[in-house]
Amino acid sequence: MKKQVYIYKRFERFWHWAQAALITLLAFTGFEIHGSFSVLGFDNAVQVHNVSAILLMVLIVFAIFWHFVTGEWKQYIPTYHKLLEQIRYYTYGIFHGAPHPVHKTVRRKMNPLQVITYLGLKLVFIPVMVFSGILYMLYRFMYEGEVYTLEWFSLDSLAFWHTLGAYLLVQFVIIHVYMTTTGVTLTENIKAMITGYETLEDEHEVPSEEKVSQSKKQTVNA
Amino acid sequence: MKKNIAIVILINVLVVAVFHLFWEDMGASKAEQKVSKLKEQLKKEKKSVVDHSKFEVLQQEFDRPEEVTKACISCHQERHKEVMESNHWNWEREEYIEGRGVTYLGKKNLLNNFCIGATGNEQACAKCHVGYNYQKNNKFFAKEENVDCLACHNGSDEYVKNGGWGKPHENVNLTEIAQGVGTPTRANCGTCHFFSGGGNNVKHGDLEMAQLDGDRELDVHMGLDGGDMSCTECHTTENHQMKGKMYSVSSENTNRASCEDCHSGPVHNQAMLNTHTEKIACQTCHIPEYAKENATKMTWDWSTAGKLKDGKPYHTEDADGNHDYLSIKGSFTWEKNVKPEYVFFNGTADHYVLGDKVDTLAPIQVNTLHGSYADGKIIPVKVHRAKQPYDPVHQILIQPYTYNPEKGSGAFWTDFDWVKASEIGQEKLGLPFSGEVAFANTEMYWPLNHMISPKEKSVSCQECHTRSADGRLASLEGFYMPGRDNDNDLDTMGTWLIILSLLGISVHATVRIMFYFRRQRG
Repeated sequence: MKKQVYIYKRFERFWHWAQAALITLLAFTGFEIHGSFSVLGFDNAVQVHNVSAILLMVLIVFAIFWHFVTGEWKQYIPTYHKLLEQIRYYTYGIFHGAPHPVHKTVRRKMNPLQVITYLGLKLVFIPVMVFSGILYMLYRFMYEGEVYTLEWFSLDSLAFWHTLGAYLLVQFVIIHVYMTTTGVTLTENIKAMITGYETLEDEHEVPSEEKVSQSKKQTVNA
Repeated sequence: MKKNIAIVILINVLVVAVFHLFWEDMGASKAEQKVSKLKEQLKKEKKSVVDHSKFEVLQQEFDRPEEVTKACISCHQERHKEVMESNHWNWEREEYIEGRGVTYLGKKNLLNNFCIGATGNEQACAKCHVGYNYQKNNKFFAKEENVDCLACHNGSDEYVKNGGWGKPHENVNLTEIAQGVGTPTRANCGTCHFFSGGGNNVKHGDLEMAQLDGDRELDVHMGLDGGDMSCTECHTTENHQMKGKMYSVSSENTNRASCEDCHSGPVHNQAMLNTHTEKIACQTCHIPEYAKENATKMTWDWSTAGKLKDGKPYHTEDADGNHDYLSIKGSFTWEKNVKPEYVFFNGTADHYVLGDKVDTLAPIQVNTLHGSYADGKIIPVKVHRAKQPYDPVHQILIQPYTYNPEKGSGAFWTDFDWVKASEIGQEKLGLPFSGEVAFANTEMYWPLNHMISPKEKSVSCQECHTRSADGRLASLEGFYMPGRDNDNDLDTMGTWLIILSLLGISVHATVRIMFYFRRQRG
């Protein structure tokens, strides 16, 4: 049986779309700073890039807080369970109209492949971008009217890692956007991220009573 | 749901905008305050001077300029001794140069790539020396009455030092001029520093007569509607020792006049700009171009000099009315509104010193500005390129004897004989001469410090932060600059990553669609 489930909370959706907007801005202005094209003008690009970067970092802090307070971080515990099935689905099953090997539930919003991707994103990609970005931003900084330089990094190595990250990010966005079309219908996933509600299969493995008691437990822990 | 997205986007835009404005405003008020404080100070500094016409000692007929000097000294006792210790008098400085040790260098014994050199040609060149009677060389520098007070302190434009050997023209009314003396004005300094090299704006490119009555578009400091400042307000002077110097003749990183003398601390609204000052001199962004009013000489080819028409020297002019050929000097090119070239400079310089052996594989560096990313700052320079006489046997630059109006004296400007002029010139300096005259390419570097443009005209970010080969800093090496530099391998890899990703999803999507329709049919 299928039913409408409230799967993405208000903050989660805000976080997702704010992050999407900021990352788009950052990528666009970032590649302008990199010299790939000239649209806003270098100085405007730098200003927008820096302000967006600070806003994104604030957002990340809130997101980390939210994940821990709500216990949502557990969504990111990686698992091999059905990982191969998931890969097989994307490379074979999907063409033949096979059912998704893993059913989305409120407790398990991501399939094992998504878990690995997003965990990597959060543990490797974002830290590399944030830290190389902060160091880039502070490579020369003012303190009480004096200019200081971070001597222990060369700007070109920082630029290398930051640019490498940017290319990977563009690649991620391309694939990410495409993957949203692999839901039950083409737009189901995007709709869910906008409204919060998604049409999900009733959960077979977990009886609904147990689910309720677990979610209660979580609330108590929080 | 569309409402939600709109709200999120709106909040983002608002936060960015507010952040931006707040940031700008805080800094802006601080920077504005600083500049207006300086402007207040400038107003206060303009004070009146005494009326010299009322002094009895100056109410006499002066036959000789030396008598004026004596009259000056009778009140301003011992001040002439200060002058006699100054660079304006000695035309040389004691300075330490890496690789040469302590040296005594200056106009007296250095070459340039304009009129080449003063020594031996003082009959003409001494018109820019603060003394009279330069020909009596040995005694000259000891004789106090030879000090020319009027060169810097005369208050009229009648005082012209073209009487030979640094003396004023005989028609000059010395009494009138002595009674009109005062603090040096832009015109006083400009008489030599605007017209050096034999004409207006020939040498510097950023110092010329338009600055006598220009506007702030030309020069924010000297402009009549700008600071209307005199030279000595920055080149402050104590005991006749001027602050500041030019690296055409100077070598050490001492006694420099700098922007920071007045514009101290963080001077920009944005921290980003303030951090730039670590590696970039103020002039680099604030002198977007030089020779803004009248053209400056960019090249000088001595090898074409000496052509005569009907046995007489002649000249031709370019479209703007500047000489582009003179029989006595050769061919020139002039340019207006010139974009500077840029170098790293640490405040020390070396020079081609008379007698230095050099080959001509690369242009001979008449002066060398030292500095790199590690120890210097980027400064704007005018580079003057020339072809000038060179002794290919001894491998030294030649300083020819150029000025002597008497026919048969051997001076090039009169007799047009390179060999004879070189022989006499080199002999006067005690240098060998092989009898052969070739012409070598030379380069001379002139740091630009004047003609600061209003801040709106400053060099914009993307003029340097660009991949374009025309970028202002395209040729500077040794550092990574965002917008200019990139890792080609990384960019190639990144581009392929994106192409392959797009290709990948296209293929995946196509296969999905194909199978979808097959299923529908089947």
